Amino acid sequence: MAEAAPTVQLLSPDGVLQSDATAEQYRPYIDALSDEQLRQFHRDMVVTRRFDLEATNLQRQGQLALWPPSHGQEAAQVGSARAMRHQDHVFPSYREHAVAMIRGVDVVDIVRLMRGVTHGGWNPAERGNFHLYTLVLGSQALHAAGYAMGITFDGIATGDPETDEAVVVYFGDGATSQGDVSEALVFAASFQAPQVFFLQNNHWAISVPVSVQSRTPLYLRAGGFGIPGIQIDGNDVLASYAVTRKNLDEARAGDGPRMIEALTYRIGAHTTSDDPTKYRLSHELESWIARDPIVRYEAWLRSRGEGDAFFAETATEAEDFAADLRKRTLELTVPSTDRIFDHVYSESHPVMDGQKQWLADYEASLGAEG
Amino acid sequence: MSDESTELLDSVETPGGAEIPVNAEIPLSKALNAGLRKALGDDKRVLLMGEDIGPLGGVFRVTEGLQAEFGSSRVFDTPLAESGIVGTAIGLAMRGYRPVCEIQFDGFIFPAFDQITTQLAKMTNRHEGQVQMPVVIRVPYGGHIGAVEHHQESPEAYFAHTPGLRVVSPSTPNDAYWMIQEAIASNDPVMFFEPKSRYWNKGPVDLSSSAVPLHSSRVVRTGTEVTLVGHGAMVTVLLQAAELAAAEGTSVEVIDLRSISPIDYSPIIESVQKTGRLVVASEAPGFVSVSSEIAATVTERAFYSLEAPVLRVAAFDAPFPPAKLETSYLPDADRVLDAVDRALAY
Repeated sequence: MAEAAPTVQLLSPDGVLQSDATAEQYRPYIDALSDEQLRQFHRDMVVTRRFDLEATNLQRQGQLALWPPSHGQEAAQVGSARAMRHQDHVFPSYREHAVAMIRGVDVVDIVRLMRGVTHGGWNPAERGNFHLYTLVLGSQALHAAGYAMGITFDGIATGDPETDEAVVVYFGDGATSQGDVSEALVFAASFQAPQVFFLQNNHWAISVPVSVQSRTPLYLRAGGFGIPGIQIDGNDVLASYAVTRKNLDEARAGDGPRMIEALTYRIGAHTTSDDPTKYRLSHELESWIARDPIVRYEAWLRSRGEGDAFFAETATEAEDFAADLRKRTLELTVPSTDRIFDHVYSESHPVMDGQKQWLADYEASLGAEG
Repeated sequence: MSDESTELLDSVETPGGAEIPVNAEIPLSKALNAGLRKALGDDKRVLLMGEDIGPLGGVFRVTEGLQAEFGSSRVFDTPLAESGIVGTAIGLAMRGYRPVCEIQFDGFIFPAFDQITTQLAKMTNRHEGQVQMPVVIRVPYGGHIGAVEHHQESPEAYFAHTPGLRVVSPSTPNDAYWMIQEAIASNDPVMFFEPKSRYWNKGPVDLSSSAVPLHSSRVVRTGTEVTLVGHGAMVTVLLQAAELAAAEGTSVEVIDLRSISPIDYSPIIESVQKTGRLVVASEAPGFVSVSSEIAATVTERAFYSLEAPVLRVAAFDAPFPPAKLETSYLPDADRVLDAVDRALAY
């Protein structure tokens, strides 16, 4: 199981559809897509890159505490997100902005998290089963495994991929060193849970290169857990879509968990608090910019006859999206201090009740004196 | 690569959890078993998960017979990974289940500490109330069993310090039977500390109703001169001390805390208003402890009733020692009486 296999690439960096045996295996998944679906991949990537830039700028202008840019990772995220079915559940890390948007999260809700007005911001059940961002690396892999175990325990799968459920967990190369990720792989394998482990290997855990996390290609680790692993070109949106589609449907059919390692690159900083010029060489960055996921995909769409009008329209849509995000970010209000106490427990709690009242009385007393 | 795997005995013929005979006295471990069995029978969403809890019935046999009765998708052995147990329980709770996790021993809970404090405890808050976490974590805890390192600790203060968790500990079979069911019924995460030295001690179980709510402390012996407060196995020590004090002519009131977070202060304050003296005892080290918290709060709320400072009787602020030294490390009735005497001397 742990033998090296070819990296799946359907589109070359210059936008040419590949025809080797591996690519041919996944071709039917692409052939089944309509022109409109193929155009949507492009829209998703362009809009994500634009609002990601806007959020980065908002942080630079003091409007957000932090922003973790997704620039460069759009293909891995868009392809895998579009491969999911509506009933699937997603457990993200904190950089999966494109996946969030595609699953139906209002991007301003991610901004609220980064602005410091919430720790969460949305109800997964109302947002395409996209669970909350998780800032402690790898923790969500276990939540995803438990959720997938629950699907198995429910015993309601019928064999219909349109209704049977599966779970995707996103994590990065740094998180693979966390014990929780290994434990999640163990639990998912033991219970043969319908779960896809989607690893975005962007090559850097803040300032530490992936070679410090692993001396073996990360997708090969899966074999040691009894889980099939596969490596894809993560900057190829078609490979991300086709491989995720296939593996998710295998998982939901009861074939057990799967791991996909998407090779990609964090073009920007880890977060707006980071300075990658202190640890990364510019020629490495340039080599990955040359493999840009959007440039590649646009070249392919144009080769299929897509004209200037669509790309101009998409650029306008992205600008409008970013402008709307900026406008609504600046309109965000600070929640009342009740937020400190409400929902610490789901049921009445004397300490919370007492301290909430104390703060109200204290603030009222200041007002009375002032 | 060999594909053979060990065949699991998940269909082994063992009797299910036994019915409790009316008016019989049963051990605390059997009362827990009966409470778990009731919860499993009442609600299909309840799951038991942990290490060795299936065919073996747990190292303390608390889950004995439950897998045979409810099946291996309701009562199941997990891989040997505590963080994995709690982390997957969170996911199962998101799916709508009500997982009851067994951590095999007190000292083994720390691999799960991050998932408990960073994830489980904050999940409802993070979701602003839109997701609930009905997860129970059962932890056999405390000394008096002569075991090796990491098997006799009292880590409850770490969890009482964590907002978002509820922390309880029964001291009798009746409380064990009812409190485990109430913990499972809670929509918040509950740390359920089981006094393992009391597992084999028998007592009556009232099957008709729980005497008091989950988060209430209770006067278990009335007295007039000094109030003693403790939880879990310490309650037995306090009752022994009260008996010895009575023989010497001192009337001591004993309160079983039952709930460590939140703490039900009303019976404690009322008692101190009567006795004027309070001794708080625990098997845990005293520094930054549940006992410290009670001492501070009672001082704030009942200062004018106090005739003496609130005194703490605790384990020493040292690691739990090799078992041959545990009787010197853990507070016993004599150490409690020493504190009673000091309180009376003011």
